[in-house]
Order: sequence, then structure tokens, then C-alpha cells
Amino acid sequence: MTGWISDFMNHPATYLKSGWFQISVTNLLVILLMLTVFTLAILIPFPKDEEESKK
Amino acid sequence: MSEMWTAKLRNKWQKNLPIEKLLPDDQPAYVASWIYTFGVLTLSALGVIIFSGIILAFEGPAWYHTSHVGKFVNSLHFWSVQLFFVFMVIHLWGKFWMAAWRGNRFATWMTGAVAFIASIATAFTGYLVQTNFDSQWISFEAKDGFNSVGVGAWFTVTNLGQMLLLHVAFLPLILGALTVVHVLLVRKRGVVPPIDAEPTSLSEVKR
Repeated sequence: MTGWISDFMNHPATYLKSGWFQISVTNLLVILLMLTVFTLAILIPFPKDEEESKK
Repeated sequence: MSEMWTAKLRNKWQKNLPIEKLLPDDQPAYVASWIYTFGVLTLSALGVIIFSGIILAFEGPAWYHTSHVGKFVNSLHFWSVQLFFVFMVIHLWGKFWMAAWRGNRFATWMTGAVAFIASIATAFTGYLVQTNFDSQWISFEAKDGFNSVGVGAWFTVTNLGQMLLLHVAFLPLILGALTVVHVLLVRKRGVVPPIDAEPTSLSEVKR
């Protein structure tokens, strides 16, 4: 691997610690991404079928 | 003369899951929401996992660890697992917050929950058979955990042959069966309505 991907991935994970609790930044980002997708899936309206909306 | 078991099974199947329910061509209005798409997204990811897994099994590690196409299919297998879990967890959150076990859907909920556990076991054995430093690290960390609960001699995470066979034969079979039953139960009971929605004909549950 070369470039920024290499710089980003070829080192040990960075961990956030608070007392007994610790989490890697990568895992935290994945969890935040999932929560974002979950929230958007509830909030964004589903496109309506054109034939259905004409009725 | 008593009815044959084939006829009994057929009648029971037709009563519980007629073809109109198995292959419906319309759904209740409340299904038109993005949160209802995550079940089928999970299934789609599982399809890619199974397809890429079959190719990996046929070609073997000498191919998927060295050739460009092999590395691509290996990565496809790995990344579709990541998407599978993301979709499955969002599906789980959605169903948990709408209390999807309502309306006699307990078995649907439970097969989904057990399929989630079976997925973790399948993914775990998958991580163990990567034959790289990552799998070595995971197996040696996990070995202490399994030994501490007394199952280390029976479920030996450092035994590559055992982990590979569990990963490619036994666990996919269990997960596949659970998925089929889960989907059939969804078709039988109908998609769960949101908590404040009026039940519609398709979501009404035969008690």
C-alpha cells in the first residue's frame, strides 16, 4: 500500500480511554456511522410510486 | 385410512403459508420507509458472502492469497461481511424499537436473534482462518477466554482445520437454515406495523 492509505492503516489503532472504558477510534467511527444511517433511515422520506401518488 | 404424512404436511403448509403470502405483490403502506429496507439489505449482503465464499472454497488459499482476482474475491468476502453486520444491526435496532415481537411474532424475533448469534460465531471462525497475524492474535487471545470457561479442549480456536470446517460447512448451514425459517416466518406473520399504525389486511395476524 502506498500514499495516505498506507499512512492511515499501517500503524497500531488509536484508543480513547476513560477509566475502565476504552474504544478504538475506528470502532467508534463505525458505531457513529451506523447510528447516522439508522437516524437517516427513519427521517428521510421514502420515494413514492408515481402511479400510487396519482391515485 | 389415515391421511398420509405428505398430505398432512401439504395441508398444514397451505393453511399457514399460502402462495399469496409467500410471494406477495403488495405490502402495507407503512412498509414504504427506508428502515424497512435493512432486512433485505442484510439478505443481499449474505448472498454476496455465500457467493464469494463458494468461489474461495473452490479455488483455495493458494489462489486467494496470491492472485489479484483471488485477493479481490477474498476482500469482497470480507467487506460484504462488514456490510452484512452493519445492515443486520440497523435492522435489529429498527425492529427492537418497534417491538417487532408484537402480533404473535415471537418466533420471528427469536430466529432473528439466534441468527445474529450464529452470524457472530461464523464471522469469528472466519477471522480465525485468515492465516495471518490478525488471525494469530485473535485466536491466541480467544484461546484464554475459551479455556477459562472450560470449552477450550472441545472448541479449539488455534486448530485451523476445526475452525475452517466450522466456518465453511457447519455454521453456514445453521445460519442458512435460521435465515430461511426467519424469512418464512416474516412472510407468514407479515411485516410488523409501526407501534401507532392501524393493522391492515396483510399485517393482520391469524391467531
